[in-house]
Amino acid sequence: MPESTSTGGATGAQVVAPEPTESVPDTSVDITVEELVDLPRGKMLEVDDVTLRFGGVKALDGVSFHINTGEILGLIGPNGAGKTTCFNVMTGVYQPTSGAVRFMGDPLGKRQKFQITKLGIARTFQNIRLFHNMTALENVLVGADAHHSTGMVSALLRLPKHRAEESEGLDRAFELLKFMGLDRRANELARNLPYGDQRRLEIARALATNPKLLCLDEPAAGFNPAEKVRLMELIQTIRDQGYTVLLIEHDMKLVMGVTDRIVVLEFGKKIAEGLPSEIQDNPAVIAAYLGVDEDAS
Amino acid sequence: MSTVSTTLHRVGDRFRSLPRPAKLALAVLAVLLVYLLPIINPPLITTTDSDFGAVLFSCAMYALVAIGLNIVIGYAGLLDLGYIGFFAVGAFTVGVLGSQHGKLPLLLCIPAAMAVTMVSGVLLGAPTLRVRGDYLAIVTLGFGEIIRLVLVNTNWLGASRGISNIPSPPSIDLFGVPHLVWNGAVASIDLGNETRFLQFSVTDSIPFYWLTLTIVLVVLFLDWLMQNSRVGRAWEATREDEDAAELMGVPTFRFKLLAFATGAAIGGLSGALFATKQAFINPDNFTIIYSVLFVAMVVVGGQGNRWGVVLAAALLTWAPEKFRFLSDARFLLFGMALMALAIFRPQGLLPPRRTVRAKQADEETEVLEEGVAHA
Amino acid sequence: MDLLLTHFWELTITGLAIGAVYSLVALGYTLVYGVLRLINFAHSEVFMWGSFAAVWVLMAAGAGKASGLGLAGYLILGLVAAMAVSAIVALLLEFVAYRPLRKRNSPPLIALISAIGASFTLSELMGLRDKPLKWFNASGLQDYLGRPRENLPFPLQVETKRLFYVFNYHVSNIDVIVLVSAIVMMVILDQFIKRSRLGRGIRAVAQDPEAAALMGVNRDRVIRLTFLIGGLMAGAAAMMYLLKIGVTRYNAGFILGVKAFTAAVLGGIGNLRGALLGGFILGVAENYGSALFGSNWKDVVAFVLLVVILLFRPTGLLGESLGKARA
Repeated sequence: MPESTSTGGATGAQVVAPEPTESVPDTSVDITVEELVDLPRGKMLEVDDVTLRFGGVKALDGVSFHINTGEILGLIGPNGAGKTTCFNVMTGVYQPTSGAVRFMGDPLGKRQKFQITKLGIARTFQNIRLFHNMTALENVLVGADAHHSTGMVSALLRLPKHRAEESEGLDRAFELLKFMGLDRRANELARNLPYGDQRRLEIARALATNPKLLCLDEPAAGFNPAEKVRLMELIQTIRDQGYTVLLIEHDMKLVMGVTDRIVVLEFGKKIAEGLPSEIQDNPAVIAAYLGVDEDAS
Repeated sequence: MSTVSTTLHRVGDRFRSLPRPAKLALAVLAVLLVYLLPIINPPLITTTDSDFGAVLFSCAMYALVAIGLNIVIGYAGLLDLGYIGFFAVGAFTVGVLGSQHGKLPLLLCIPAAMAVTMVSGVLLGAPTLRVRGDYLAIVTLGFGEIIRLVLVNTNWLGASRGISNIPSPPSIDLFGVPHLVWNGAVASIDLGNETRFLQFSVTDSIPFYWLTLTIVLVVLFLDWLMQNSRVGRAWEATREDEDAAELMGVPTFRFKLLAFATGAAIGGLSGALFATKQAFINPDNFTIIYSVLFVAMVVVGGQGNRWGVVLAAALLTWAPEKFRFLSDARFLLFGMALMALAIFRPQGLLPPRRTVRAKQADEETEVLEEGVAHA
Repeated sequence: MDLLLTHFWELTITGLAIGAVYSLVALGYTLVYGVLRLINFAHSEVFMWGSFAAVWVLMAAGAGKASGLGLAGYLILGLVAAMAVSAIVALLLEFVAYRPLRKRNSPPLIALISAIGASFTLSELMGLRDKPLKWFNASGLQDYLGRPRENLPFPLQVETKRLFYVFNYHVSNIDVIVLVSAIVMMVILDQFIKRSRLGRGIRAVAQDPEAAALMGVNRDRVIRLTFLIGGLMAGAAAMMYLLKIGVTRYNAGFILGVKAFTAAVLGGIGNLRGALLGGFILGVAENYGSALFGSNWKDVVAFVLLVVILLFRPTGLLGESLGKARA
């Protein structure tokens, strides 16, 4: 079983019986025993030979990689390498021209963005895209609503379902705000939060959708070195709670310390993939980063 | 202008900080006062040139319109310039079912009118809500005009003659309420002029006012319930950043359609009330200029603030009746007011509370930043 | 159906003539949209003011029945007056209603609301034009300013002459004047945008405002220029409208504006040639529609067409490409 169930398992070992039904029933069919032995964590997401064209330009060119359940995968590359585009394909913003993205063995196909979120992929944005005129708490609540089904009728009649979802959402939102260190700013408007808090709020909002895979698009952009280190620790904590993390980062040094594996893109192509130590010594990667000013990050 | 809104907000704050029983008592008192306005005929407010009861009915009816349109524009951020179309559909549904082609009682006609407008809202919204926001404005504008042209050109709907003998709500004649008359600051009871409770007729608009006011209060409450739920949050998130909302799991299209249909139904309800009060409707009552008037109410009131839009609707309806000499220039003044508002106070006279707070904080930061820059 | 078949060529030619008017007004929408991403809702009033200018000037000049050289003189006089006034109104509009918003980066919805406000203001000012009569006791202007909510007739009467046949339709001189002058205008404009330095500036700003600014294009000047051109074209359209329709009124702009906007969207808003194509198609389609369903339904045809286009091809027939198509 993927590790995402281990959150439940770790806290209450005695509750064993409901485990198979608790989450991700789909994968159990797709993953064979051999695969489990071979790849004990299983593939959470596969990007399979994805090409994306804008007019004549190939933004992504036959990109393939996968993300194992429970790992932190770094997606790096110089500016304009196609990292964010890759994110956009994975979250349904763009449809690949050819190739496929499979989430837990299931092709995303023509699913709409919100449906993909419900499947369990959540993301943050390179340039912060909070709901600026809503409070921090409300921002997170919107994320939590991803799994709610209250419609107009149950809201108008204040049906028990509405009440239950509403209080569940509030609990979860507060929990996440606390986890991100934002609980004291819950009622402040997102736009009034300091920059760093806005970045963290984006992560809280994404986590509220209850994802299996969390995609972070340059979450440390604009941070000073100390803040960056703290954020990386936070990302590791998030992983330890059972989430799988895909991290886009521009700054290679930073990414080395925190990721389990790294995929490198350049000009829309994958030029390397491997452990951080392998990537560090890879001549192609070094060439791609040559000439890029260290300070540019 | 902004002093008015801060005063109003301060009044709101005062009110909120009161203990619960006092709050309740005050609210009941205020509501009672509003109900009794046409009986009391307060000297400065009463319109002298036109029937005050009828003016109040219009105020309440347009308030209802504004609440409905506020859902579409203020909450979901969809600029609907064809709202009069829904209003017309509601009115004509009542006309057709209650007079032209049927003799259904009004109490059945009204829900039917809401259902029909809701369906027409879905039919219009389903294909158009996917197009860009500014296109939506033009498509809805076209819709409003198509409805009017269809009304003018369809004999089945009475063509330009319109529909008459639209039924009234059932009356229960219990007692008479005498009106007050004022001589300067002295009030006396005018026993010769009384409103029968509750007798709906063409001659007395006051019972219609009471009915509409009651509906307004109910709809306001439902509006509050809806806004303070997942639905309201989803609308707001969609308005703020549609793509981000979608990526956070909000089925934005579905919610936009919901806002559109809900708004349409409320527009239909107000149209139905208009039809029963007038007993006679024709296509001239539904020209496109009203659509713009409705938008003006929402924008002037402060998009997203239900009390703001209700107040603006009442004000914009009452003022031209009170100041009759201005009524010629009514639309000119609206036009200039809209422009001035867009330029100087785009958030409206009484913006939702949070926007105000955000603005203030922004200004504070700006001052701070400037201070740093100067130092 | 019979009507459509027997009068096919008449419907086509007269449709093209009125379509030319739509096209010229549509250019204004399309230019401003291309550069500012703004639906200049008040553009219809620019047109309306131009039409009043033409009527007033020709009234003052004592125009009546005319032909030959006299007719040409009146036509040019009316055209110049309409174009001048429309251009001034368009520039004023930009200055009062849009520039302040641009300076503070207002969201599009607010700009549209300002545009609606400006549209009301301009049309109601014309609808209240009799007020100065009372204030200044200027009864001599009664003919010009009186009865402000009613039609104001175009004084110039062009004797209809049938010039030549297109199949079974005997084409009139008015059709020819309208079509030829519209096409001349369009060609001049097209060449101006394509070849002149200012035209390149417009295209540059439409494509990428920031890059254009970096390359030294003065954005404010380009915007003024687009409003100016839009105004000139609307003025020309007003004159042709008067020749075809024969009257104007304070709210004549509204329906025409929506139709011209439809034309712009039909061809692909932001795309100049699209606006032309859209205008002609709309004019002809309307004529066919009224032949099929009765002239009462003429206006419905335009609106239905607008809705249908937006549904099936929101970027219009030729795509949105004053600069580039935006996703």
